[in-house]
Amino acid sequence: MSNKRVYLDYAATTPLDAGVLQKMLSFFSEDFGNPSSVHSWGQRAEGAIEAARVKIANRLNASPSEIIFTSCGTESDNLAIRGVALAEQTSRGANHILTTPVEHHAVLHTVQQLERYFGFTVEFLPVDPFGMVDPLDVKARITPQTALVSVIYANNEIGTINPVAEIGAICHEAGIAFHTDAVQAAAHLKIDVQKEAIDLLTIGAHKFYGPKGVGALFVQSDHRLIPSQTGGSQESGLRAGTQNVPYIVGMAEALEASQGNLADEAKKLLPLRARIISGVLANVPRAQLTGHPIQRLANHASFVFEDVDGNRLLMLLDQNGFACSSGSACKVGDPKPSEVLTSIGLSDNWALGSLRVTLGKFTTQEEVDSFLAVLPSLVEKARRSA
Amino acid sequence: MSGGVDSSVAAALLLDQGYDVTGIMLRLWTAGGDDSRNRCCTPEAQAMANRVAYQLGIPFYVVDARKPFHDHVVNYYLTTLKNGETPNPCWICNQDVRWGFLMETAMDMGADYMATGHYVRKVINETGEVRLLAAVDAKKDQSYILSGLTQAQLQHSLFPLGGYHKPEIRQIAAQKNLPVADRPDSQDLCFLGDMTQAHFIHEVVPTLENPGPILLKNGEQIGTHAGLANYTIGQRKGLGIAAPKPMYVLDKDTDRNVLVVGTVEELGMSHFFAGNMHWISGRPLAVISKLKVKIRYKAEPVDATVTPLDVQRVEVTSEHSWRDLTPGQIAVFYDGEVVIGSGVISISPPKTV
Repeated sequence: MSNKRVYLDYAATTPLDAGVLQKMLSFFSEDFGNPSSVHSWGQRAEGAIEAARVKIANRLNASPSEIIFTSCGTESDNLAIRGVALAEQTSRGANHILTTPVEHHAVLHTVQQLERYFGFTVEFLPVDPFGMVDPLDVKARITPQTALVSVIYANNEIGTINPVAEIGAICHEAGIAFHTDAVQAAAHLKIDVQKEAIDLLTIGAHKFYGPKGVGALFVQSDHRLIPSQTGGSQESGLRAGTQNVPYIVGMAEALEASQGNLADEAKKLLPLRARIISGVLANVPRAQLTGHPIQRLANHASFVFEDVDGNRLLMLLDQNGFACSSGSACKVGDPKPSEVLTSIGLSDNWALGSLRVTLGKFTTQEEVDSFLAVLPSLVEKARRSA
Repeated sequence: MSGGVDSSVAAALLLDQGYDVTGIMLRLWTAGGDDSRNRCCTPEAQAMANRVAYQLGIPFYVVDARKPFHDHVVNYYLTTLKNGETPNPCWICNQDVRWGFLMETAMDMGADYMATGHYVRKVINETGEVRLLAAVDAKKDQSYILSGLTQAQLQHSLFPLGGYHKPEIRQIAAQKNLPVADRPDSQDLCFLGDMTQAHFIHEVVPTLENPGPILLKNGEQIGTHAGLANYTIGQRKGLGIAAPKPMYVLDKDTDRNVLVVGTVEELGMSHFFAGNMHWISGRPLAVISKLKVKIRYKAEPVDATVTPLDVQRVEVTSEHSWRDLTPGQIAVFYDGEVVIGSGVISISPPKTV
C-alpha cells in the first residue's frame, strides 16, 4: 500500500474548510439554543440561521424567505419534487412529470415513487451523447397535465452542464414549475435563479467544503409545496424539525468562501483537468471521455475504458494511493452499469469500465502527474480477458 | 472477512505478526436477488466486517462475486441434483470462488498471501511442499472443506487459526474488543436466501419434482415419491410409506425417476469408489494405503484401505459400515492429521475421465 495518498474524488465529497469549522464551533457550545425558543439562547440561534439564510439567498439572487434548510441535497430533491408534484396534483389534477434519464438517484427514485404510488406518469426527455438536454424537447413535451420539470444543472457522473436558463425560460412561459438539482453545479458555477428562471434549486454543503449533513432548497415564492417532513412549523411550515444550527452556519460560510473563489479555482483546475484528459486519451488504449468536452464542470474528468472492470480499477487505484470513483459513490461493487452511461448510448462493455476523476482545492500538478504515471498499467490490469 | 469472530481474529493475529493486511469480503449470489436474505453475506455482515477493518486500521473492500458464484457454484449444484446426486456446493465455492476468483483478485491487488479464518493448518516440509493438516481443535476442523485446494493455492494461503482452540480465539477477540459472535453457521445453503431448498428446486429445476415410484431392491413398488430432489441417501423420515421395518433411501435413479429404499442392513456399505481424485501434494497415491476417510463434513474419520485404480480413481474398503454414503459427496482421505486428497463418491466404479 502506497504511503502517499492522493484525493481525486471531490465530486463525491470535499474536506471541511478550516475557517468554516471555526465559524461553526460556538454553535456547538455557548450558542446551543433552539432557534424556535423565545429566550436569548433561541434568539442567538435564530439570528445565526437567519443570517445564514440571507447569505445563501444573496448568492443565488433569491429572497431569504425562499430558502429552506434541509439535511442534504437528497432531502432537498425529495422535498422539491414530491412537494410540487403533490401540490399541483391536488390543486389542478396535474399528474405528468418531465425529467431526464441522467438525473441523480435522489431525483430518479423520487419520481419513480410518485409514479408507482401516487398516480403520476413520468416522461424522460431525450439526451444527446453528452447527456445534454435540448430545450426544444422540453417545449415539445410540456402538457397541461405537467406538474413540474426537473433537469439536473450539472451532471455528477459525466460533468455536462445543461442549458438551464433556456429550459427555465420555456417552463416559465408555459407556467410550469422548473426544478434543478444543482448539488454539483453550486460548487463550481455562479447561479442566478432569477436570470435563469429557476423555480426550485437544490444544493448540498459537502460539495463545496461545507459539512456533510446539511443542504438547502430554493423555492420561488409563487410555488406551493406539500411538505415531506411534517411536525412543527419551522422553515415556513415546509420542513419541520429543529434546525441544525452549526451546520447551517457552516453551509452559508462555505458557500460564501466557495463562490468568492470560483474564478481562481477554475483558473487553477482547468489546465490540470486538461492534462488529465489528454494524458488518459493519449496513453490508455480503448478509452473515451464521457460528457461534453467543453460545456462541463471545470474540475471534472470522466472516462470509460472498454472491457475494464471499473470496480477492480478503483481498488487497484486505491492500493496505489489514488482515490477516484466510477461516477457515483457506490461501494458494493455492483456490476450494473449506471443509468446515466446507458442513456448516453454506451454498451455495457464500456459502461462497466467507468472512472471519474474530480479535482479540487488541494490538487497539485505533481499529484496529477503521479496519477497519470500509474493509471495506464492499472487499467490494463483491470481489463477483462475475453 | 465475514464480520464474524474467526476472520476478525485471523486478521488481528496477522497484524500482530507484522503482515500488511487488507480485508476483503465477497458479495455472493442470492436466490431471489435480495442480498439481505443471503444467509451468509448480508449488508449487515458487510457493515460488521467494515467496522472490524476500521478498528484494526486496515483497508477493506467488497468484491462482487455474484457472477462467478452463480456460474461455478449454483450451476454445479443444479447439475449435480439433476444427475440424482447430492451436491456439495461449499467445496466448489472454496476452490473456484474463494481460492479461484477471490485469490486472483487479491494477487492482482499485490497480495503475497490470501488468509482466512478457517480452522486448518498449513505446514511446509523440507522439500518446499505444502501440507494441509487438520486443525488442533478437532470439533472445528475445516480441513474437509478445503481438501480440494492445489499446491499453488496453498503456497499463497495463510491460516492463522489452525493452531488454536475455539475458546482461545473467543478470548483473543474479547481482549482485542473484536466481535465474539460467529456468523450464522447454518447447514443450509448460503445462497438460498428466504427460500427453502424445495422452493428453490421448484423454481429452477421443476423436473426433479416429478413424482415417481418408490421401489424395493427387488423391484416391488411400495409407494410414490414426491420428486427425487426431496430425498437424500440414508434418509429415513418423510418417505410416506408404511413398512414393517424402518426403510431408508438406498438410491435415486434419475433415469427411471425411481426412489429405491431398503432396510438398514441393505443400507450399510463398506465399499465404495472415489473419482476425480485431487491430491494435495500433486502426486497421486501410488500404493495401497491404510488411511482414514471422512465421507462428509461432520463424519468421524474411519479407517479404510484405499487402493489406487489409476491417477483419478481409488477404491475404498473398510470394516466400518456407512449408512449415509452418498454418491456425489466428497470423500476426504487423511494420513493421521495430514490431508492426502479428496474425491467424488460413487457406488459403482467411476468412469475414467
